[in-house]
Amino acid sequence: MTATRTEKKRKSDSAAATQQGDPTLNLELLRSMLLQRRFEERCAEAYALGKIGGFCHLYIGQEAVSTGALSMLRPDDYVITTYRDHGPALARGMTPRAVMAELFGRQDGCARGKGGSMHMFDTNTNFLGGHGIVGGHVPIATGVGFAIKYRGGDQVIVCFMGESVVNTGAFHEALNMAGLWKLPCVFIIENNRYGMGTALERASAIHDIYERGAAYNMPRNQCDGQDVFAVRQAVGEAVERARKEQIPTLLEVRTYRFMGHSMSDAVSGTYRPKSELEEYMKRDPITLLRTHMQEAGQLTDEQLQKLDEELKAIVQDSWDFAESSPELPVEALYEDVYADTTT
Amino acid sequence: MPVITYRDALGAAIREEMQRDDRVFLMGEEVAVYQGAYKVSKGFLQEFGEMRVVDTPITELGFAGVGVGAAMVGLRPVIEFMTWNFALLALDQVVNAAAKMLYMSGGQYKMPIVFRGPNGAALQLSAQHSQAWESWLAHIPGLKVIAPGTPYDAKGLLKSAIRDDNPVCVLEGEMLYNTKGEVPDEEYLIPLGKAELKREGEHCSIITHGKMVLVALQAADQLAKEGINIDVVDLRTIRPMDVEAIGESVKKTNRAVVLEEGWEMCGVGAQVVDYIQRDCFDYLDAPVVRVHQADTPMPYAKGLEKAAKPDLPKAIAAVRKVMYLD
Ligand SMILES: Cc1ncc(C[n+]2csc(CCOP(=O)(O)OP(=O)(O)O)c2C)c(N)n1
Ligand SMILES: [Mg+2]
Repeated sequence: MTATRTEKKRKSDSAAATQQGDPTLNLELLRSMLLQRRFEERCAEAYALGKIGGFCHLYIGQEAVSTGALSMLRPDDYVITTYRDHGPALARGMTPRAVMAELFGRQDGCARGKGGSMHMFDTNTNFLGGHGIVGGHVPIATGVGFAIKYRGGDQVIVCFMGESVVNTGAFHEALNMAGLWKLPCVFIIENNRYGMGTALERASAIHDIYERGAAYNMPRNQCDGQDVFAVRQAVGEAVERARKEQIPTLLEVRTYRFMGHSMSDAVSGTYRPKSELEEYMKRDPITLLRTHMQEAGQLTDEQLQKLDEELKAIVQDSWDFAESSPELPVEALYEDVYADTTT
Repeated sequence: MPVITYRDALGAAIREEMQRDDRVFLMGEEVAVYQGAYKVSKGFLQEFGEMRVVDTPITELGFAGVGVGAAMVGLRPVIEFMTWNFALLALDQVVNAAAKMLYMSGGQYKMPIVFRGPNGAALQLSAQHSQAWESWLAHIPGLKVIAPGTPYDAKGLLKSAIRDDNPVCVLEGEMLYNTKGEVPDEEYLIPLGKAELKREGEHCSIITHGKMVLVALQAADQLAKEGINIDVVDLRTIRPMDVEAIGESVKKTNRAVVLEEGWEMCGVGAQVVDYIQRDCFDYLDAPVVRVHQADTPMPYAKGLEKAAKPDLPKAIAAVRKVMYLD
């Protein structure tokens, strides 16, 4: 199938949001997004206290992308992402306990404390990792798409990536094969405008980066990543196309990161002025959804407060759990280097 | 026992494993329609179809990653590199992804994948096409690395590699593909990590692997005529290395030559020498001598190429040196 001009691009506006009337679903979406936010606020605190170490990249500001996209998947579908993975992990249904314990480097972490912030993995939810090499996980996503087709299944894989990834060779190689072989992959670029301190315009020869899909004969689209409904709609179409027709999609989701690149980086500075950040923060994805629900009479102040308290308690529980989870014994160092099995 | 080529031994190994397990597939450049750049996969497309014998674009990083992704969710890819020189473009997937997936996922995601292809120099292919990569790969925890020197070992080791739940790098040899040897019709497996004593002798050990095994055996033949008997230890697997086999041989002969195709600096031989000094220090009658490629890119000109490569005269000279015969 060839991508036509019309299906390439759909600019969504808040009109898409107001059409969404299902209060139960909306509450679920809000819950998922708010959980990520409250969870990561505590991550920042734990990082400052030295309980979390290494690189720690927060997802704050981008929650509508993970929640919107992953709410369109089935449990047997696959998800893969970058090092900015706490949000997607929680949105996929990994437990806050397992994620927090991983961040604390403890035995009950999802990866036994071997992976840390950048490497969340979970076979239960088919969460194929946080990956730390920019671009490196995109060919892996193509490979999962290949495996799905090989087995004749109707699953899909969603692959998140930052916008800087589009400049890597791995991206080009992976999308070319996915387009060539018609694999059920949904490639989602989380365009938060910066790769560390480098603005997209200083790194990519074209600025509407979803257009790169043309080079791979791939349907492509762009949507507002602060609007969870817009994300759901765009991802929903892509997932359907992947599942039913085994056609991959390149989707550019325009979002913004509210924090520094990682916990060790400044929030704003030489590469983006504070005023820009403040402008974008007016479109906080959680505020947008909450306001929509309140205006539609789907959420009272009381309900909101109750939800918030409940989520804070869940996050506190994950913290307590992580803290009481044992440190790994030194023998664990040598475990998991090799599998001792054959087929 | 039937005598077949190294090439056909490799092909038979993959074919048998593909017949045995439908999760096994072969992917790489020219493996299907063209029947293999070196014809290892001759007839495969016709037998298994295009879903299991997959021609890729020239996209080493990409298709190595496709293999990693497929392995993560339960398939068992055999990824063919036209040569290991080109696999350099794929090293991110081999080293940063395949080798670490089990570890960084805390034991959740196994990586049953084989990366294979010819390694080392052929004839006059010059600098970019004549390199031996085993020390690079063997450096990485999480990888296994094998370098079979004979058709028998090629088949038995490759079958084990395909059944292994870890990433295994298989270093073949362009110059070995046409060599012949006895390979039984009955199925057999050779365990990874086990060296083989290919020749027994009491005067000196030659520890080697891959293409240099044949050179070591020729050296042993020639030296035997002078009454010098060589223990030829074929490592077969570089990682994990059979340290016991090395120690056993050197403790018996008290002298060792380490012979490899690659460069000297941080080479496989350096590791072997380290094991020897650790385990056999009090047994040595002479310093260990290493034979390897000259410390230069591979030249094209015939005479220079010969000077650069480890070969039979160099192996024999090394034995004589370690035995204080010159
Ligand atoms: C191959 C590679 N080069 C450089 C880095 C260091 N690095 C980590 S994240 C990053 C920026 C990536 O930006 P983007 O893809 O836009 O994702 P974002 O951080 O915005 O989510 C860089 C340069 C790396 N991890 N991998
Ligand atoms: Mg970015």
